[in-house]
Amino acid sequence: MFQFCTDPSILPDWQWFACYLTSGTHLAFYRSFLVVILLLIVVAPLALGMGMLGALALRSQFLPVNALGRGYVNLVRGVPDIVFFLFVPIALGQGIEWVLHHINCPDWDQPIRQGNDFIVCREAKVPPVGASAWARNVYAFSMAVVAFALVFGAFVANTLYGAMRAVPQAQVETAEAYGMTQAQAFRRIVLPQMWVFALPGLSNIWQILIKSTPLLFLLGIQDAVYWARELGGAKTSLYTYPHPDWRVWYFLVLLCFYLFLTWGSERGFGWLTLRMTRGQATAEGERLRRRRAAA
Amino acid sequence: MRTCAESFDGYFLRPLGRDYGERLLPRGLDITFCDQVFLIAGGLLWNIYFAGLAILFGFFLATAVALAKFSENPWLSRPAAGFIFFFRGSPLFIQFFFFYSAFVLLPRVGVDIPLGFTTLTIHTSALTTAQVGGLFVLILNTTAYSAELFYGALRAVPRGDLEAADAYGMTGLSRFRRIVWPNMLRLAWPSYTNEAIFLTHSTTLIFLSAFPARQQSGEAFYYARYFVDQTFNPFVAYPLVAAYFILLTLAIIGFFGLVNVRLNRHLPRPQRARIRFRPQYLR
Repeated sequence: MFQFCTDPSILPDWQWFACYLTSGTHLAFYRSFLVVILLLIVVAPLALGMGMLGALALRSQFLPVNALGRGYVNLVRGVPDIVFFLFVPIALGQGIEWVLHHINCPDWDQPIRQGNDFIVCREAKVPPVGASAWARNVYAFSMAVVAFALVFGAFVANTLYGAMRAVPQAQVETAEAYGMTQAQAFRRIVLPQMWVFALPGLSNIWQILIKSTPLLFLLGIQDAVYWARELGGAKTSLYTYPHPDWRVWYFLVLLCFYLFLTWGSERGFGWLTLRMTRGQATAEGERLRRRRAAA
Repeated sequence: MRTCAESFDGYFLRPLGRDYGERLLPRGLDITFCDQVFLIAGGLLWNIYFAGLAILFGFFLATAVALAKFSENPWLSRPAAGFIFFFRGSPLFIQFFFFYSAFVLLPRVGVDIPLGFTTLTIHTSALTTAQVGGLFVLILNTTAYSAELFYGALRAVPRGDLEAADAYGMTGLSRFRRIVWPNMLRLAWPSYTNEAIFLTHSTTLIFLSAFPARQQSGEAFYYARYFVDQTFNPFVAYPLVAAYFILLTLAIIGFFGLVNVRLNRHLPRPQRARIRFRPQYLR
């Protein structure tokens, strides 16, 4: 990165570190933090969407839909999440290949599961044979996104369902007395007001989501944990930058990164709660109204 | 092919180490369904070991940390709050990595602990094993989470009870032991039950992180993952381990429910706190 970095072995301390911390692998390490942020940004709306669908299914009067929602939420919540994180990507991957296999190669006569192998024809491989490393990474990442969205969607569904029921029933009844249909009452009365009840739960789930992002490492994605392990391990003098075992410092950086994330989002949710409480028929909302009236 | 009885003999106690069953784990096409059933069930012994000991030690430590955070002395409450923030704000998975890489750097010496009748020598290298070092991290982690629950409960101890204690002239330890502590436990117990469940679920992370599984002796999920890697079939081992964990969870709910009944025995029935199963935490 810097011009004096051509021969690090003769550099004084601070220049050595400047070169060391800007080496190519370190830049990849810094980018991996962006991967974590990207995952959070992608998963949050997806999980919220899944959760909304799940909550609507839980509310549904139509029995099969209701049973589907109930089954989804209870199954995901009853099993340790890590099982789902590892199960969903591999099961989904095999499922996609199975479907593609039946579409693309209808006259394939051998069984797909032979002993311990899962064999599909060449056209059914996902990602395709000879795909670039970049495409493979994107595929692995989107599998992880699906797993995260599925698991956290179930949590969100439960929270939103509770929040919908917490909106004062009298308001819904009033809306219906004014001649609104059920859908209208839901859209105009329940939906805008449910968020203040959902926020504590959503904030909790968001914190859990942040703290579960290191599990990307288990899905074979080169995330921050991967790089911390790679870079921190002792390097012999064969390497450009030899150093002893520094893993503990790298993981300390990771710990600080996550502490900062959770601390920051706690502040963020605090602010959001304040915004949402305005004008609500709750104790806190009433307090805010009085304070403003007094001022 | 092995029969189920042979699988049981060979693999049920294998998670304890090589001396308790077959030397090697079943591999590739040699894996039978019964192997998976018994080896994963045997691995559950370690989950119970980790969860049981972590809850036992964590419970007492958490009471101390919660009292420290509740204290009006900033020299006590600040460090306690910092400890809780550190362990609740960062992922357990990274904590395992961090502490493991710190333990590896420790000089290898024996520390003598005189117990009066005998002297216990603890080697620092033991901290690099999951059974000691991993347990250590789990204890600290559950201490932080439980301390936060207990702290919330301490703040919610009914004022009337404290006034009654004062009226009876109770102070210090007897006030704490008879009034504050039972109330704190009673109030925190439903959420503490959930904490125990999450802790049990998170014991699956130990061998997935830095701690090595020596002689391939690991916990249930370690073996489930091993089988999936070997057979490339996630539809047997993962549902099995999920089912075991559901059973374990039900057992915890049952046990903690009994304690809950005892803690609330003086209250009229409708006021008793009910334990609700809300497994939605992951650290």
